[in-house]
Amino acid sequence: MNSPTPQFVPSRLGIYEPIHQIGIWGENFKSNGNPNTSTSVIVEVDNKLENESETTSHEMLTASNNYEQEASKPIDKIQRRLAQNREAARKSRLRKKAYVQQLENSRLKLIQLEQELQRARQQGLYMGGVLEGSHIGFSGTVNSGIAAFEMEYGRWVDVQHRQICELRTALNAHISDIELRILVESGIGHYFELFRMKSTVAKADVFYVISGVWKTSAERFFSWIGGFRPSELLKLDPLTEQQILEVCNLKQSCQQAEDALSQGMEKLQETVSSTVAGGPVDEVSYIPQVATAMEKLEALVSFVNQADHLRQETLQQMSRILTTRQAARGLLALGEYFHRLRALSTLWATRPPEPSLP
Amino acid sequence: MDKVMRLASEKDVVVFSKSSCCLCYAITILFQELGVTSTVHEIDQDPEGREMEKTLVRLGCNAPVPAIFVGGRLVGSTNEVMSLHLSGGLIPMLKPYQTWC
Repeated sequence: MNSPTPQFVPSRLGIYEPIHQIGIWGENFKSNGNPNTSTSVIVEVDNKLENESETTSHEMLTASNNYEQEASKPIDKIQRRLAQNREAARKSRLRKKAYVQQLENSRLKLIQLEQELQRARQQGLYMGGVLEGSHIGFSGTVNSGIAAFEMEYGRWVDVQHRQICELRTALNAHISDIELRILVESGIGHYFELFRMKSTVAKADVFYVISGVWKTSAERFFSWIGGFRPSELLKLDPLTEQQILEVCNLKQSCQQAEDALSQGMEKLQETVSSTVAGGPVDEVSYIPQVATAMEKLEALVSFVNQADHLRQETLQQMSRILTTRQAARGLLALGEYFHRLRALSTLWATRPPEPSLP
Repeated sequence: MDKVMRLASEKDVVVFSKSSCCLCYAITILFQELGVTSTVHEIDQDPEGREMEKTLVRLGCNAPVPAIFVGGRLVGSTNEVMSLHLSGGLIPMLKPYQTWC
């Protein structure tokens, strides 16, 4: 039999007490400080219950939160289970809310990072252009030359990516040699296009080309006189015996040419350095030294052109030595390699900051 | 015209250069690696340098220096030498003049 608990007073005033007990049922209402509302709810609940079961309404109200109640056991169990279910559902809703909140935060963070990256990249390219182009008398031409190149290069990379995908599809689809040859030719031609672009911007600002500021950071790591090392092209397999011999010879010639150009570059560095350092230091005017150095720096343009010429010749020789299919695979590998280097740069730029040491 | 051709045919491998030209230096390094001793004429040190420069340009070199002659015949400038080397044609051309000591 139901014995009224101390908490439950069946008077109008005492009706506030059960608010605590009814917590499980409607915890949301706890926050509602208005007792009247709560009261009406309780009354509602009360009515509902009365509709369902008149005899046990009273008991349900009291027994719902009071586990020490000595109500009839089966009803007790049912009520407890229902209450637990409601609690579980509530907790689940809260968890879901927290998860969605977390997702929203991550999404915002991602957008922020993407914007930062975009800004940093633009700044990097722009800074390169602005810094390089701020010497006297050239700023107009230099900046416009660099700006034009940057736009063209962006397009060049997009086309490059498209070509790699086409090559991959073509190789997997086993298209005819003639069709593959067309793809190979346009692939090689695309690199030649880049060398032409570089030649133009080198005349505007050779430091821009040589610093590699127009490339991603990982590509810059491997830079040799304003681009990739020509001998990088010669890492291939599989080859026939005749091809192995030819590639070996090409590799040696390429290496010798690279060495010669590298040494020439070193000599140029020494020359410019000693020119800039020359003359008395205690004199304020250094114009003659700097002016002479300017002349010598013009030679840098020839070196950049020679390096690109070497890349071009190596590509052409490879195209001659290899079969169409081999050349296609080689171009695919080369393009994919640079694509991965670019991805590496992006990943590196957005890596989480290292925790600062205590 | 005469001076250039005369100097070019005097020695086996002749490189016309300028004293400050580092690309010319690179070419001589390459010949060195291939076992060839090249004779370098610095036309900016030559009283007839201006004439020689004009001659070289007239002979077909886009840049007057470096201008490379092998066996008295004009091979060309850096571009031509590099192309020749990568295509495997330079070493056979230099073979009679290689001096490995």
